[in-house]
Amino acid sequence: MANPDSSLRLSAESLALIDVEVAKYPPDQKQSAVMGALRIAQTEKGWLKPDLIEYVADYLGMPAIAAYEVATFYNMYDTQSVGRHKITLCTNLPCTLMGAGELAEHLKNKLGIGFGETTEDGRFTLKEGECMGACGDAPMCLHNNHKMHTHLTPEKVDELLDKLK
Amino acid sequence: MSLLKPTPQVCSWTQALDHSASLATYVANGGYQALRRVVTEQVSGDAIIAELKTSALRGRGGAGFPTGLKWSFMPRAFPGDKYIVCNSDEGEPGTFKDRDILRHNPHQLIEGMAIAGYVLGARVGYNYIHGEIFEIYDIFERALKEAREAGYLGDNLFGTDFCFQLHAHHGYGAYICGEETALLESIEGKKGQPRFKPPFPASFGLYGKPTTINNTETLASVPWIVQHGGQAFLELGKPNNGGPKLFSVSGHVNKPGNYEVPLGTPFAELLELAGGVRNGHKLKAVIPGGSSAPVLPAEVMMDCTMDFDCIAKAGSMLGSGAVIVMDETVCMVRALERLSYFYFEESCGQCTPCREGTGWMYRVIHRIEHGQGRPEDMELLNSVAGRIGGHTICALGDAAAMPVQSFLKHFGREFEYHIEQKRCMV
Repeated sequence: MANPDSSLRLSAESLALIDVEVAKYPPDQKQSAVMGALRIAQTEKGWLKPDLIEYVADYLGMPAIAAYEVATFYNMYDTQSVGRHKITLCTNLPCTLMGAGELAEHLKNKLGIGFGETTEDGRFTLKEGECMGACGDAPMCLHNNHKMHTHLTPEKVDELLDKLK
Repeated sequence: MSLLKPTPQVCSWTQALDHSASLATYVANGGYQALRRVVTEQVSGDAIIAELKTSALRGRGGAGFPTGLKWSFMPRAFPGDKYIVCNSDEGEPGTFKDRDILRHNPHQLIEGMAIAGYVLGARVGYNYIHGEIFEIYDIFERALKEAREAGYLGDNLFGTDFCFQLHAHHGYGAYICGEETALLESIEGKKGQPRFKPPFPASFGLYGKPTTINNTETLASVPWIVQHGGQAFLELGKPNNGGPKLFSVSGHVNKPGNYEVPLGTPFAELLELAGGVRNGHKLKAVIPGGSSAPVLPAEVMMDCTMDFDCIAKAGSMLGSGAVIVMDETVCMVRALERLSYFYFEESCGQCTPCREGTGWMYRVIHRIEHGQGRPEDMELLNSVAGRIGGHTICALGDAAAMPVQSFLKHFGREFEYHIEQKRCMV
């Protein structure tokens, strides 16, 4: 491995998950697994430092710049540090019709941060999201990319935040 | 059609059942019989394509392209690798139907893709799932595992020489990957930037191989058509608009959700199914086919039936069947501002008219909304929109332009009021 920094090394579990992704594609198309691999790396490490992106690229035998392009193109990858709990609130039109604007204000006031910011204690990052494809359950947010919370109200938001330590 | 008559359901019939997503539920209700029959009886691909043409099944992802015709473009006899790809990258604001198919009826999609593999000569398929619905991606992965273990995916299916494997691939936050060639780039592990066409995917698709890409609902309709015949599917809809369709109704209705109704159902009936406009408010406007479709005023919409041809005649598009309902409390300037921000944010940056133009449109609408509009702004917006549409590699440019043009056309008075009075009309 080109990168000797052991803090970047992914766990055996993560590498096994990446291998499952690699096996989905033809043997000469390992790069196809980069979306899954970066997702797995981010889930383990919290966010994608440039060195971590390089590590993933090395693992898949692809140029680091190509992996970096992917990490910066898709907006669920975090190439800046984020808090332990990233809350991504959809504010697109169907969600806004159902009160996402009021929820955004509520979240900003409650956390004392704006979109794209992290609380000082590193607990929460707040992001503005685009359509999550679940508009019938609006308004909604994602917690750390993978857990969707729907039919939100200010009360439900408060309950959620209280649970996330 | 009366509301009391039971609606024939092609894609959403498992929703009411316990363990809707499970293989056992699907098989107990006749699932995988269509695949078994075509593979073991070696039904010819030509015959299945002919049924699809008879069915008038049109692509459910937005373009409404006839599926049988699309399948006929594949060089099926081409000896090398070929692929079938499902587009479940459902990110068009207002659309959430494929999510329900994936979470309640994943096996019907798997069966549809396997039949497609059989007809098109593809041994491998990929289903590209919107990154934001990651829990649904996990459900689909579980369904794939079940199908493999039960022998519905893999080598020598049903003891024949037909082999078909299917995999799930997830997006991770890029609307543009719903565009089919951007989606292919994304499966190849690249930025999702659309390709020039031609060549079309049928000749140069995934990894440069012949590829057919269909929407989730389209592919999930295939087993039904194979089992019941193209004519029966056609008769569930109206001529040139075969079958029922899932409509995602969002916004200001009492019961937002997915409703599978025959193409040609009056909009008024769909609105009633969705519980009517919330709180007894008055209907103001409807975007009938996802955020990229031109908005229509209430009075135009109330005269429409929900099918490709009628909505097109009314000046909009049926698109993906995403019906965004807005009542009289909506400020159309604010609504358009949010949509314009979306296209600005999601433009892939490849083509100058779209990359720059979406930003210009957003900034001009933003200043109108915030009381800094100028008298010439409406003309400016129309001019910028007209210079984006038709001047880009993919349809995102048109998708960004159409809301602007249609909001100004139908609700121009509200924009003028904002510019003159520096405040909102509603």
